Amino acid sequence: MSLTRDQVLHVARLARLELTEDEVERFGTELSKVLDHIETIGQLGPMDDVAPTSHVVAVENALRADEPTPSLPRDVALAAAPDAAMGGFRVPSPGAGSGE
Amino acid sequence: MSDLLQLTAAQAAERIRTGELEPEALWSAYRERAAGDELNAFTWVAGPEAPAVPKEAPLGGVPVAVKDLFATEGIPSQAGSKILEGYRPPYTATAVERLHSAGAPVLGKTNQDEFAMGSSTEHSAYGPTLNPWDRTRVPGGSSGGSAAAVAAGTAPWAIGTDTGGSIRQPAALCGIVGMKPTYGAVSRYGMIAFASSLDQAGPFTRDVTDAALLLGAMVGRDPRDSTSLALPDPIALPSASDLRGVRIGVPEELTGEGIEPGVLARLEETLDLARELGATVETMRLPHAPHALAAYYLLAPAEASSNLARYDGVRYGLRADGNGDLLHMYTATREAGFGAEVKRRIMLGTYALSSGYYDAYYGRAQKVRTRISEDFKTAWESFDFVATPTSPSVAFELGAKLDDPLAMYLNDFCAVPMSLAGIPAISIPNGLADGLPTGFQLCGPAFSENRILDAAYALERAIGFDGSGARA
Repeated sequence: MSLTRDQVLHVARLARLELTEDEVERFGTELSKVLDHIETIGQLGPMDDVAPTSHVVAVENALRADEPTPSLPRDVALAAAPDAAMGGFRVPSPGAGSGE
Repeated sequence: MSDLLQLTAAQAAERIRTGELEPEALWSAYRERAAGDELNAFTWVAGPEAPAVPKEAPLGGVPVAVKDLFATEGIPSQAGSKILEGYRPPYTATAVERLHSAGAPVLGKTNQDEFAMGSSTEHSAYGPTLNPWDRTRVPGGSSGGSAAAVAAGTAPWAIGTDTGGSIRQPAALCGIVGMKPTYGAVSRYGMIAFASSLDQAGPFTRDVTDAALLLGAMVGRDPRDSTSLALPDPIALPSASDLRGVRIGVPEELTGEGIEPGVLARLEETLDLARELGATVETMRLPHAPHALAAYYLLAPAEASSNLARYDGVRYGLRADGNGDLLHMYTATREAGFGAEVKRRIMLGTYALSSGYYDAYYGRAQKVRTRISEDFKTAWESFDFVATPTSPSVAFELGAKLDDPLAMYLNDFCAVPMSLAGIPAISIPNGLADGLPTGFQLCGPAFSENRILDAAYALERAIGFDGSGARA
């Protein structure tokens, strides 16, 4: 399975990754090789009767007591933010710049 | 220090308990060694002042090195990534908190492949860690810093995480013990997520007794992780002197093609020792094991692509400006902050989950996962344990596999089936091949930690591995 340049760019856009020209080229080749290996699971034939794994250990109703506990104080939650302002996380406007 | 360096963590804890050793002396000795680390195993080392440890603490004050991806309050927790450079979390992971309460204060944070994606620790934004047995070689990964620190004696013991072999493989390549417990045995709260259905924390130690002691202090249900479990029994210190009545299965699929001859030779010798100790050893089949790697490299990247969506330059970590609007701030931040391997995995996972491919890739991989679990369940009808090499090779040279992602992924060939099945597995040092450590992997059914530790203990004594060469 070989990934086209358009496929690489499409996936990068879905993943919110801005790739350099070099990376587009490189990932196309590398991921195609990995996908060739991955597609060997196709050799296992039909698996219509197999249930997909949802959890590896049998666990039922993992509940805890619904007891309120304090949240992080606002200043602590904001302490690592690249741009905190007015008690919140400040981000650029979705409509600024050239956009898409 | 030379005397202290000879002690296992359990022995050091015992001397502290009997008053022969002051915990402050042990702290200072190891802190100095960690601060002088020449292997780039540490990304942060604690200050000189020894933390206060309660007198009766079961781990005695023996300090522990912690993989960088465990959140530690006020201490850099960067997961080997530039996107988290300088990040100091506002809370501490449950596993680290439990160790601290039990008397194992944090000595330092250890280097790792970025977000635990890798098998060599070369995918760290903070430079590669070197293998103490040969500094031109990798320590394995992703928890390579923890493994190298314990092997080199710059930490008495350490913790790491294993998603598809990231504890067991570096333990094998560095000649120490590493254990991945049953999925859910240790809380994932505060572990920076890679693939949540697979991630599991565990110990790196010099010997099996230390592994039991450290693991015992980490496990247990945590209200903050709904997938965490209470083990049916506490972890006990191992004591078995033989393997009478133990049935060991050796899967054809994981002991043939692709395994280095030196690694296979050590495996055969240890299987002979197991027979001498009274075990029956038989060849058996895990028919779907050869497909585990393909399934893993769909499932883990798919989960990673979702988990790593949180790195968007808003709440913590790096922000790049882009051209000034929100979307380009996201994409420019992720381009600047993630390394090549993380981008590859995010791309792979996003592709596997994208419209039109889900059934053929992710959906099918989850069915293969079911088949692999069934293979193990069938095995447990005839065997107590399954034994394999931990890694198909000894430590390889720095740079050898960096340009070939698939070759790097194949390092996980023997470790991934157990991860997909969520079962416990240990790697113990299994002698040298070409002067470099090899690992013997033993796995058992879910919750069989105590039986695995007991068998590994008996084998460890029979093997008689001497790791002191790496601690010079």
